[in-house]
Amino acid sequence: MNIFQTIKSSFTNLAANKARSFLTMLGMIIGVGSVISIMSIGAGAQSLIFNEIASFGTNLVGIMPGGSEEDAPPASMMGMVITTLTYDDAKAVGEIPYITAVTPYSTGNANISFGDKIKNTTFLGVTSQYVNVEDNEVSSGRFIFPEEDESTARIVVLGSEVKEDLFGEDDPLNKRIKIDKTSFIVVGVMKKKGASLMASRDKEVFIPVKTAQKVMLGIDHIGLIRAKIDDEKNAPLVISEIRKLLQQRHNIKDPKKIDFTVQSMDQALDMIGTVTDALNLFLGAIAAISLIVGGIGIMNIMLVSVTERTREIGLRKALGANKGNILTQFLTEAMIITFIGGLIGIIGGSIFAVLIAKIANYAGYEWDLIISLFSIVLSFIIATIIGLVFGIYPANKAAKLNAIEALRHE
Amino acid sequence: MSTLINLKNITKDYQTGEVTTSVLKGVSFEIDDGEFVAIMGASGSGKSTLMHLIGFLDKPTSGEYHFEGQDTLKLDDDKLAEFRSEKVGFIFQSYNLLQRTSVLDNVLLPTTYLCKCNLKEAEGNAVKLLKRVGLGHRLDHKPNQLSGGEQQRVAIVRALVNNPRLILADEPTGNLDSHSGEEIMEILQSLNKEGRTIIMVTHEEYTAECAKRVLHIKDGMILRDNIVGNQRMARDGEFKK
Repeated sequence: MNIFQTIKSSFTNLAANKARSFLTMLGMIIGVGSVISIMSIGAGAQSLIFNEIASFGTNLVGIMPGGSEEDAPPASMMGMVITTLTYDDAKAVGEIPYITAVTPYSTGNANISFGDKIKNTTFLGVTSQYVNVEDNEVSSGRFIFPEEDESTARIVVLGSEVKEDLFGEDDPLNKRIKIDKTSFIVVGVMKKKGASLMASRDKEVFIPVKTAQKVMLGIDHIGLIRAKIDDEKNAPLVISEIRKLLQQRHNIKDPKKIDFTVQSMDQALDMIGTVTDALNLFLGAIAAISLIVGGIGIMNIMLVSVTERTREIGLRKALGANKGNILTQFLTEAMIITFIGGLIGIIGGSIFAVLIAKIANYAGYEWDLIISLFSIVLSFIIATIIGLVFGIYPANKAAKLNAIEALRHE
Repeated sequence: MSTLINLKNITKDYQTGEVTTSVLKGVSFEIDDGEFVAIMGASGSGKSTLMHLIGFLDKPTSGEYHFEGQDTLKLDDDKLAEFRSEKVGFIFQSYNLLQRTSVLDNVLLPTTYLCKCNLKEAEGNAVKLLKRVGLGHRLDHKPNQLSGGEQQRVAIVRALVNNPRLILADEPTGNLDSHSGEEIMEILQSLNKEGRTIIMVTHEEYTAECAKRVLHIKDGMILRDNIVGNQRMARDGEFKK
């Protein structure tokens, strides 16, 4: 049997019903296209999160209250309030070699108002070293002075967006604003940091950590400590030093009872990577369902085609085709539909992914365009399997037709 | 002349639900290489079934069928398909050309299923044959652009393209006007003259006269087996090679 003639005749048949062939392909196009674009968008979103985190600097170490399992997020990230970390812990961590800056965080939500303007915002209770830890700086005025680190001074530094909202073009320095019911003096405005996926620092205000704890929240613990290391390569050493120190400070003998979690940025990235990978795979699987729907469409049309071409099948058998030849022919047609549909789907899905990336970039996000070879190969393999699986039933039906009855078919 | 087809006591029953219908009730005859046989009979006489059996499209219920001395009843489906591909060329009453497929590709269709086929050679041969039946200028036409007679001529060339020993024609002129029908018979006669064995099913006396031998079949049995004394040459034998 000549396979080139078979392929040629398959193309003739598909071309004879152009609209139908295209509609059949559409299922495949949408299926493969959505797998490709969803996986690319997932990877892009992942890159956005990674870039976001990396923009804090990869030489950061975070200390969160509450113990954690290996590679799992600490309990505090799940919304539980754990009170084991204190300001003094942060201060002690700052003494460890290689750590260049450290700040505790004590955060809360409050209504911030100036005159008749009111805005709900997050306040960050930090120390003077915050600007060194997160690579941030003031655009006007000043940040919290080191002398104010342990004071409950009612001073506030505004994020750039908060300043815009409350003061517009006016100079906010030395103006009095209210955070909830407490009056604060504006001493500085932060530089604009730009679009951000997570909490945007531009929308937040900064006050001394003790002010946040005692005046605003009425608590003694802190929510988070961040430390900056001089070099990323010292991270493992610093992490183990922090563990040792805090274990000692918290008087913990049994390692199972450790009530804090120390994580480097790299570890955090790994963890987020695991979560987002799973999410991407899940979305890809949903998209793959549309491939199966497309496959059923192919089967449906192939069955119609077999019925329509019963006479042709009879003729081919009379001219010397055996069962295998007929099977091959109909399978070839199903495969051609899946292949072409898959190819268009890959191109279409990629174009869509490029568009999304362009739009995200235009909106100011650090969105990387990632179209992985894996997703292309995967969707192509799935498409091939679908072509075979859903093509085999109609093809087999055609192959089993009785030649004489088929020839008599009207 | 050697015996090409040898049928002995062939029967064929069809089962429709509970009822068994005997279509062929013990048919025996031989056909030699190079014969031109017309099988005549009313509809339902079993002539088409007989033709399908001879052409390996169907298997008899009982009896013996030797082709080229080979017992064909022992062959499996794939082998029978190979026989249809290599040894038999079918011509149908309704031409059975593939629509939307060019004349040349229609003619080359049987080569798809030939094991050892040089497509270039087959194509050259097909073009030559199409020219011979006067369709050299219609290679790229589609069947629906051709007249009935032209379509049947394409079908004849298709039957010839694998160079089979036997041509089976099922009412080849049944759908044609008498003029076109004569042209078809003329071609068949010339093919027979070249040594090809032809078996033709027909119910027209006039067409059957063009054969050299007529088998009359009735109710599944051979009624008469006549040698045509005076073979009528279609279009007065004017066929030009």
